[in-house]
Amino acid sequence: MHAIEVEKLRKEFKVHSSRSGLMGAFRDLFTRNYKTIRAVDDISFTVKQGEMVGYIGENGAGKSTTIKMLTGILTPTAGKVIVNGMNPHKEREAFVRTIGVVFGQRSQLWWDIAVQESFRLLKKVYRVSDKEYKEHMEHVIETLDIGPLLDKPVRKLSLGQRMRCELAAALIHNPPLLFLDEPTIGLDVLVKLKIRQFLKEINEKYKTTILLTTHDIADIEALCERVIMLDEGKIIYDGSLQRLKENWGEGKQVQFTFATEVTEEELCALTYDIKATWRKEETNSWVAHVAPLHVSDVISRIVARYDIQDINIDEMSTEEIIRNIYEEGVVHG
Amino acid sequence: MDKYFEMIRIRFLMMLAYRTNYYTGILIYCINIGAYYFLWSAIYNGKSAIQGMSIEQMTTYVAVSWMARAFYFNNIDREIAMEIKEGKVAVELIRPYSYLGMKTMQGLGEGVFRLFFLSFPGLIITSLLFPLHFSSDIRTWGYFALSIMLSFVINSQLNLLAGVVTFFTLNNEGLLRAKRFVIDLFSGLILPISFYPHWAQEVMKYFPFQAISYIPSMIFTESFRGQAVINGLLFQLVWSIILLFPLQLLWKVAKKRLVVQGG
Repeated sequence: MHAIEVEKLRKEFKVHSSRSGLMGAFRDLFTRNYKTIRAVDDISFTVKQGEMVGYIGENGAGKSTTIKMLTGILTPTAGKVIVNGMNPHKEREAFVRTIGVVFGQRSQLWWDIAVQESFRLLKKVYRVSDKEYKEHMEHVIETLDIGPLLDKPVRKLSLGQRMRCELAAALIHNPPLLFLDEPTIGLDVLVKLKIRQFLKEINEKYKTTILLTTHDIADIEALCERVIMLDEGKIIYDGSLQRLKENWGEGKQVQFTFATEVTEEELCALTYDIKATWRKEETNSWVAHVAPLHVSDVISRIVARYDIQDINIDEMSTEEIIRNIYEEGVVHG
Repeated sequence: MDKYFEMIRIRFLMMLAYRTNYYTGILIYCINIGAYYFLWSAIYNGKSAIQGMSIEQMTTYVAVSWMARAFYFNNIDREIAMEIKEGKVAVELIRPYSYLGMKTMQGLGEGVFRLFFLSFPGLIITSLLFPLHFSSDIRTWGYFALSIMLSFVINSQLNLLAGVVTFFTLNNEGLLRAKRFVIDLFSGLILPISFYPHWAQEVMKYFPFQAISYIPSMIFTESFRGQAVINGLLFQLVWSIILLFPLQLLWKVAKKRLVVQGG
């Protein structure tokens, strides 16, 4: 059985566009211009039980909207969604018992009361027995190191402390499927590492399926074997992170800092036969993307022609790969 | 059911987190009752009864209306509006409970808290200051208890209705203000319905407002007796059932229309 099955899922929003100026504002009182915006545009994918999937895209690409449809918060305009064998918005109350959700940008704990009171309420809400709670949550609390925070009101916690508590709260009923919408946003490196470590552990221990959206590619690299990439509401890549790297990340980047100004034409002409692509970074700094075989060739040609102040050779980072994909807008492979 | 009781408890804790609010609350209620007492003394000015109510009954009416208000009054309409405005409603919808049911329970938690920590102490303080008349008939107290429960139900339903409208308008501060004023005025909190012109009393029969404050207060002051009490309670019961229908309908449409603001 698939944990998530999505077929031709679509969500449209009707937004009104305000007219400009005072006259426009008056006219808006009587008639309004409406525009339909397609936030999610006929996407289809499936996620297997126990998979950890990274769901990435730029701001406004439709990630959060998809998550909200998958969790039953929003009603899709068209298409089919089956999550954990149920239709999320039709059988909402039964369905949400089988999922856990963390929204990085909004708290689901009660602001004015101690963390443990929130936990206690959630325990009742999800009908978790004392025994199950003890077995499961003691471990979670220990791993996330939130024991000392439990008697503090949420408003007194730091962001990192709060986020660890949020994660624990989402896991009280030990759901087989976990949605994480930017869980590491604004956190320091140590907390991020702890959270990643923890997610890996519960995935191994309980075979928890995890769908994760993030802007931090390091999260994806640490956790997900598979990524789904979204752009303007459409899926532009769905496959393993490894393959993405192989197809896009083969080759190296050589960064040159020139002593004088150079133009792209000159550089391209010089390296025409070895298919190097050039990108300008700063005024006199250019990056060549070349196959590993040709690295020394490019360097010797450039050094022979120009005055060079600095040279760096790097692997393509995942972040770089993703940026390239967004800039060029095509995916081969 | 467990989770709903737990929510009442949580709301209790939340109210306790802001204790000072409630001390000032008692003071405000006493001042209000005092102001109305002096106003009514001036109006009565030696007359033994107006519209069949003695000055003592009237003072008790005012005191009890305000104390009952502490119980049935809640801000769940504003809370729903706020949750939609800030997009927090998303978090509520991933919980396995009925959103409106949970909101009602939060209101009840707030109401019970105010009843014990605001109404009772407030009533004791005011009874020392002003001549109030408490019934010694246990049945009156029973009817009154039943009646304010129904007041709470009807007021909460109206609050939920007003709150859910935010799903469509996204901002309805104006409507919520208007609603609050209409309820204070037409529920009989400020002036008993029997003091209204005859035609207005007739019109009021077709609205649920008097079920919120007028009926329980009239029962408590024993201005309603016998069949009038039963009729009053039936009026409340019928309205609390009628209001369920538009609420369910509006909620069903609202969920489809939901837009989560702020990402």
